[in-house]
Amino acid sequence: MTRAPSHRGYWIGFGIVVGLLTIAPLVLPPFWRRFVTEILIWGLLAMSSDILIGYTGMVSFGHSAFFGLGMYGAAAALLTVKPPNLWLAIVYGLVGAGAVAVFVAYFSTRLREIYFGITTLVFSQIFYVIIFTWTDVTGGENGLTFSQPGLGLPGLGSVPFTPDRLHWFVLAVVTLSYLLLRRITQSPFGMVLQSIRENEPRTRAIGYAVERYKIVAVMLSGLFAGLAGVLYAIQNKFAAPDFVFFLVSGEVVIFNVMGGIGTLVGPIAGAAFFLLVREGLSRYFEYYLIPVGIIFVLMVIFLPQGFLGFLRRRLNQ
Amino acid sequence: MGIPVEQILVQTVNGLVNGMILALVASGLTLIFGIMDVVNFAHGDLVMLGGFVGAATIAATGNFWVALIVAALVVAVFGAALQMSTLRPLLGRDPLTTILATFGVSLVLQKYALWQWGPSARNLPEPITGRFDLFYLQYPWYRVATAILAGAMIGALWLFLKRGTYGIWIRATTQDRVMASAMGIPVPWVHTAVFAIGAAMAAASGVLFGPLGGVTQTMGADFTLRAFIVVVVGGMGNLGGSILAAIFISLLEAYAALVVSPAQAVIVSFVALILTLLFRPTGLFVPTPK
Repeated sequence: MTRAPSHRGYWIGFGIVVGLLTIAPLVLPPFWRRFVTEILIWGLLAMSSDILIGYTGMVSFGHSAFFGLGMYGAAAALLTVKPPNLWLAIVYGLVGAGAVAVFVAYFSTRLREIYFGITTLVFSQIFYVIIFTWTDVTGGENGLTFSQPGLGLPGLGSVPFTPDRLHWFVLAVVTLSYLLLRRITQSPFGMVLQSIRENEPRTRAIGYAVERYKIVAVMLSGLFAGLAGVLYAIQNKFAAPDFVFFLVSGEVVIFNVMGGIGTLVGPIAGAAFFLLVREGLSRYFEYYLIPVGIIFVLMVIFLPQGFLGFLRRRLNQ
Repeated sequence: MGIPVEQILVQTVNGLVNGMILALVASGLTLIFGIMDVVNFAHGDLVMLGGFVGAATIAATGNFWVALIVAALVVAVFGAALQMSTLRPLLGRDPLTTILATFGVSLVLQKYALWQWGPSARNLPEPITGRFDLFYLQYPWYRVATAILAGAMIGALWLFLKRGTYGIWIRATTQDRVMASAMGIPVPWVHTAVFAIGAAMAAASGVLFGPLGGVTQTMGADFTLRAFIVVVVGGMGNLGGSILAAIFISLLEAYAALVVSPAQAVIVSFVALILTLLFRPTGLFVPTPK
């Protein structure tokens, strides 16, 4: 089998999906327009976590910290700098998430398996408690609200965000992030991460500084999670401590497992599935997390590769 | 020094009482981890479930001690069913998958409690209403009784593991699953029984904690997190270490609460956990492995 046709098929599929998502706001009613934008943002967060779960074999239960710091970083930029600037919000958010990621990465990568997971969980709770109790700066339980910045392009002036423009902006950021992450996972660096997942002692024996690779992986993952946080803050015009709470991290892991880890696209599909099920069920049943939780447990038991992994195996047969 | 000695001593007593309840939760968690490599993310929710079953039983019978036993039995049966349906199929897979499965269970339990019992806290009545003078305040005897009772339950578990026939089965399964199975020990049933015991202990702590802090549907996450910290600080799967660590962590938090707000005092135990993981990853209260 030659590589070219499958590659062409991939790019055609990619083009179709991006094309559909581009025209989505033009054909969908307002509610679903916003919903698709939200899926993209949560998908970016899930994808960032996939770098660790799927490619490096480290399950992070602390992605809410990166996401939340991205949110609060954006809030800081939008509240302190007048007039509010979109790009500055992104820079602040990435700096916030990046700083946390450096801290978390340095300590947690020394540990393996469940200990890594527990450490990331505990770190995210530390940031949650700090944000929750430091009312003067973070607004405490109520969080912070701010006005949406305009979509400013260098040299072209600034236009206010409409839901459509916001959707396209989010789509552009998520698509670029996806391409970048895909490139990274296929690079020699990404190969080393995957070899750490497959066999850490052997990777070390070959001569790779495993710890350094893990630290970079966590930081990378944290930066993209922070970017998702910035997008969410801009879409919703608030930052709240709820998004730093570890349940968000748990949902991110659920997205990954449902969609299929180690695929980048899978986690986005998982996020879409989760949010759709939630949306569909919550109209009839307030406690939609009960069926969602049961589906999730069943998937962990019977479909550990997720939907995408399952499909892929089916197609390969 | 701005903190009077009396206040420190009162906090010491508080820390010991909370530590014993936490030890009861954590010893179930560590037992489950030690024997089947299951990281039970839903453990705190079993505490919560016990609290609610206890509250319902008190409403029906009016007797706290009956409620304690009923809650422990009901949650033990539930735990056994849970283990058989969700954890038994995962046996031999990566421990991480057990975290995922039990996290899902935790979500379900928490939302179920919200659905059935609503968002408001239930305060259970204290079965022992007497108080005694402790410096500047009237300290309830019930708190002291709680600590003693929790200690007695942990002691009973320890005796059972050390001397009982089935306790020896459990320890044999912990040491070598395959060998135990070869000697005729029904390993899958030992796993189920251990999960049931852990669940019963969690439920008992939920009922005991009811009069102190109230039973809410969100208490599970808090208990899970604290029990995790205790179990890791004490050394995964190490019963004695968990008990010491529970008291150690609770005392740390009690003293920290003198200086900062109780919500912030939690950070102290988080930091204790991270320092432990960095410098003594096998646990604070276990001998250094060779």
